[in-house]
Amino acid sequence: MKLDLILRIGTKLILPFILLFALYVQFHGDFGPGGGFQAGVITAAMVILLAITFGIDAAQRIAPPWLVSRMVPVGVLIYAGTGVLGLLLGKNFLDYSVLLHDPVHGRELGIFMVEAGVLITVSGTMTSLFYAFAERGR
Amino acid sequence: MIAFINVALLTLLAVVTVAIVRQRSLFAAVILSGIYSFLMASVLIVLDAVDVAMTEASVGAGISTVVLLATLHLIKTTESRSVRPRILPMFVVLGTGAFLVWGTLVMPPYGTADNIIHKHVVPRYINDTIKETGVPNIVTSVLADYRGYDTLGETTVIFTAGIGVMLLLGGRRRRTKSGQDGRSP
Amino acid sequence: MSVLETVLGHYDYVITMFLMMAGLYIVVASGNMVKKLIGLSIFQTSVYLLYIEPGKITGGTAPIVDPAFSVYSNPLPHVLILTAIVVGVATLALGLALVARINEAYGTIEEDEIFDRDRES
Repeated sequence: MKLDLILRIGTKLILPFILLFALYVQFHGDFGPGGGFQAGVITAAMVILLAITFGIDAAQRIAPPWLVSRMVPVGVLIYAGTGVLGLLLGKNFLDYSVLLHDPVHGRELGIFMVEAGVLITVSGTMTSLFYAFAERGR
Repeated sequence: MIAFINVALLTLLAVVTVAIVRQRSLFAAVILSGIYSFLMASVLIVLDAVDVAMTEASVGAGISTVVLLATLHLIKTTESRSVRPRILPMFVVLGTGAFLVWGTLVMPPYGTADNIIHKHVVPRYINDTIKETGVPNIVTSVLADYRGYDTLGETTVIFTAGIGVMLLLGGRRRRTKSGQDGRSP
Repeated sequence: MSVLETVLGHYDYVITMFLMMAGLYIVVASGNMVKKLIGLSIFQTSVYLLYIEPGKITGGTAPIVDPAFSVYSNPLPHVLILTAIVVGVATLALGLALVARINEAYGTIEEDEIFDRDRES
């Protein structure tokens, strides 16, 4: 753990860009390859890289376990809540066209919210998976 | 040209798979499965499935390799043994494989444009995605809008699997501590 | 010529079935549980190929609408498989968690030894 200077500096340099790339994949997913699933996994990969290089305590300082484990159900609730919102506004479950005045914009907003829910669930699940395995091992 | 790249990548994929089958060191098998995932991602790019390739590269080569390595760290063994007779499994697998290859002979050849699966709902997705959802990436619009139910189900499966892993592996430290304090069985 | 065309046209499927059967062989013939799960994930990835391959159109492009292109590969299998991959890793992790617990309970992950231990007790 002392001689891995290159690993530590390299990790520090690359971490913000991994997160930036995850956000790019998330928000550019409408126009290029990407979306909530990929962005969630990349976000989790950032936390895992931090945990592998600096130890799990450093990773749990920026992504505390209570937050990560709560993200798992919150994402599903955001997804299902978007569907219920369509139901409450007088259309079918998961019909987003009533979310805004213009149906096309409403569906765009619905896709955005659904993808956000997927991002939260996937990143939370992948990070808590890794925490569960890593904490068992120490 | 692309078809030949495809053939070469698929052959490499088969070679890596044979290496995984013959490998007895678990560590090497895990690393080979990471290589397998990257090759699979390349094949998927050749097959125009860019979203799937991105997912496979980040999930298959990233997260699954990490989780497999974490398990190897937990179980503290890196060698697998094979003591069973292998003739019966090989016979069953070859027989099943022959049947499956025979079954694929009626499938349309690689790259056929008038394939039946291109006729049903897909033209509507391709033609109307901009008009109806304003999202040019058809995969995203189908994933989140046209087939939102599917994705809701998949998200719930991920949620359930995550909860399952946390229940199986988490919460042990607390129990050990209370067990040491009270000596409860 | 037509034989060569048939072989090249179906090469994808043959390799897919080969991968599928290799995965099945690992699951059946290997007694080590981690190896079994690796075999299961190989089986799973071969199913991804089986779904994606018929969606490819020669001369087509990735299914992102752009005025420069008119032929797109079939996006529907991509959607189905994209979610399946993430679900696959979540279930793989669940299986590995079970393996870790089995290892804690039995001290081994070889199937035969676990059966022997069960018979003894």
